[in-house]
Amino acid sequence: MPRTLKNVVFYLVLALMALAFFAPFYFMVVGAFQENPTNTPGDLFPTDGWTLQNVASINERISLVRSLANSLVFALGVLAGTLTFGLLAGYALARLQWRGRTSLFVVMLGVQMVPFQLLMIPLYVQVASYYQLGDTYAGMILPFLINTAAVFIFRQFFRALPESIFEAARIDGAGELRVLWSVAIPMVKPAIATVVLITFIGPWNEFLWPFLITKDASIQPLAVALANFISNAARAEANPNGVILAGACALALPVVILFCLFQKHFRPSDIGAGVKG
Amino acid sequence: MITRLFGRQPFGLAIAAPYIVFLAVVMAYPLAYAVWISFYDYVFAAPGVSLDHEFVGLANYRAALTDPRVQQSFVNIVVFLAINVPLTVSLSMVLASALNAITRWTAAFRVAFYVPYVTASVSLIGVWMLLFSEDGIVNSILGPLAPSPSWLVNDALAMPSIALFVTWKQLGFYILLYLAALQAVPRELYESASTDGAGALQRFWHITVPGVRSTTLIVLILSIIVGANLFTEPYLLTNGGGPDGASSSPVLLIYQKGIQQGNPDVASAIGVLLVIGVGLLSLISTRLTKES
Repeated sequence: MPRTLKNVVFYLVLALMALAFFAPFYFMVVGAFQENPTNTPGDLFPTDGWTLQNVASINERISLVRSLANSLVFALGVLAGTLTFGLLAGYALARLQWRGRTSLFVVMLGVQMVPFQLLMIPLYVQVASYYQLGDTYAGMILPFLINTAAVFIFRQFFRALPESIFEAARIDGAGELRVLWSVAIPMVKPAIATVVLITFIGPWNEFLWPFLITKDASIQPLAVALANFISNAARAEANPNGVILAGACALALPVVILFCLFQKHFRPSDIGAGVKG
Repeated sequence: MITRLFGRQPFGLAIAAPYIVFLAVVMAYPLAYAVWISFYDYVFAAPGVSLDHEFVGLANYRAALTDPRVQQSFVNIVVFLAINVPLTVSLSMVLASALNAITRWTAAFRVAFYVPYVTASVSLIGVWMLLFSEDGIVNSILGPLAPSPSWLVNDALAMPSIALFVTWKQLGFYILLYLAALQAVPRELYESASTDGAGALQRFWHITVPGVRSTTLIVLILSIIVGANLFTEPYLLTNGGGPDGASSSPVLLIYQKGIQQGNPDVASAIGVLLVIGVGLLSLISTRLTKES
C-alpha cells in the first residue's frame, strides 16, 4: 500500500475509535433537550422536538442549584486540603532531610494499593459514629482531604528544581517557610494546574462515599442525588429518558468543560509521575 | 539533640505532619480496624454507648465463604477481571502507540479518549442504561441480532456488559500512563529497526511492548484494584447486582451486609478476603511481566 493511503486508513481507524468514545456524549446532550430521546439511528440528528422541560423536571426532583453547590463545596474542600497540605508534604519529601522521610515515601506507595472499599466500613463507623460527621461537608471531605497522587506530583516537581536557588535564598536570610512560599511554589505552577484539575475531578465525580455518609437530600452532591433519582424516582416521569439525560448533563458538563479548557495541563508525564511515584 | 532525633532539617517533619496524621487516621487505623472487626462479633452501637465485642476467630470468614451470594459475587468479579483486564492492557497499549505516532489533531484525539475517564460514572451509567435497554438504540441497530433478554437483564450478559462499560470508561487513564511510558522509549530504536526492514507490527512487538513493560505492570495492578472495587456500576446499571445476583460484586455485598443489614463483621471479612485476592493477582502479574 502506498504511504499516504496507509496514513489515511490509519487516521480513519483511529477516528472511528475516537467516535466510539465520544458518541455517548452526543447522545446525552441531544437527548437531554428532546421531548422524546430517540432509540432509532435514523433520528439521531433530530430536526424538531427540542425542549427545556427535561431540565425543569430534573430540577423539580433534585434542586440542581443546591446539589451542584454541594458538589462544589465537596470538591473545593478536597482541593484546598490537597493544595495546602500536599504542597507542604511534597516539599518536605523532595527537599528536606528529616528522619522518617523514606518511611513516609514507602507508606505512600503502599497507600496506592489499599482498596478504599476495605476501609469503607471502619471509616463509616469512625466518621458517622465517633466523630458524628454524618450529613456534614466535613464528613464527606475527610477521607479525601489530601490526595496522595497529588503529593507524588508535587514531590516530583520540587525535586527537579536546582538546589542552588534554595541555597541562594537561604544565604539571603529567608526562613524555610519563606523559601517554600516565595521561591519553590512559584516555580511549580504547572504542577499546581495539573493537581487542581485531577484533584477537582475526583470528588466531583465520587459516588460511593458521599452516598454512604449523606442521608439528608439537602446536603447531597449531585452525583448522589442523581443516582437516587435514577434508581427510585425516574420511572414516575412522563419522559424518564430525557430527564435522566438532563441530569447526566448537569453532572458531566462542568467537569468536561473544565477539562477541555485546561486539557493542556493534563499531561501524560506529570500524571504518570503521580502514579509511579 | 534535635538533629539526632528528627534529622538534619526537622522543619520537614513539621510540615509533613498533617499528611502523616491524615494517613494514620484515614488509612492505617481503618485498615487495622477492618481486620480487627473481621475477627469479632461486631454490631453498630448507638453514639456514646460502648459494647463488648466477643472474639469469634474465623467465624465471620466461615459465614462469608459459605454464603452462596458471596461465592457468586467472587465468581462474578473473576468474570469481570477476565474480560476487563486483558482488554484494558491491550487496547490502551495499542491506542497509546497510535496516539504517539500521529502528528495531526493530536489534542483532539487525546481529548476524545480521555473524556469518559474524567466524566462522572453516574452520568455515563445514565446514558448506557438507555443505550443498552430493551428498546435502546444498540438493540435497534442490531435488530434480530439483539440478545433476549436484553444486555443488562440477561444472566449471562450482565457482568460482561459491566466489564465493557468499565473498560470504556477507564481506558483514557491507562492510555495516559502508556503515553508517558512511550516518551521514554528511544526513537532511535524504531529508526534502526525500520532500516533493518522491521514492519510496524514487528516494531510494536519487539520494541514497544518490552519498552513499556514496567507500565504494563502498573496498568495490570491498577486495573485489578479498580475492578475489585466495583460498586457503582452493578448498583445502578443492573439495579443492585441483578438479575438474580448475576452482576453482584463483593463490594456491593460489603455495602449490603455491612451497612444495610448491620453486619459489619462479616462485611469486613469479605473485604479482607477481597484484598488477599487482589494481592495474589498482583503477585501473579508481577511474575508475568518480569523480564525473562
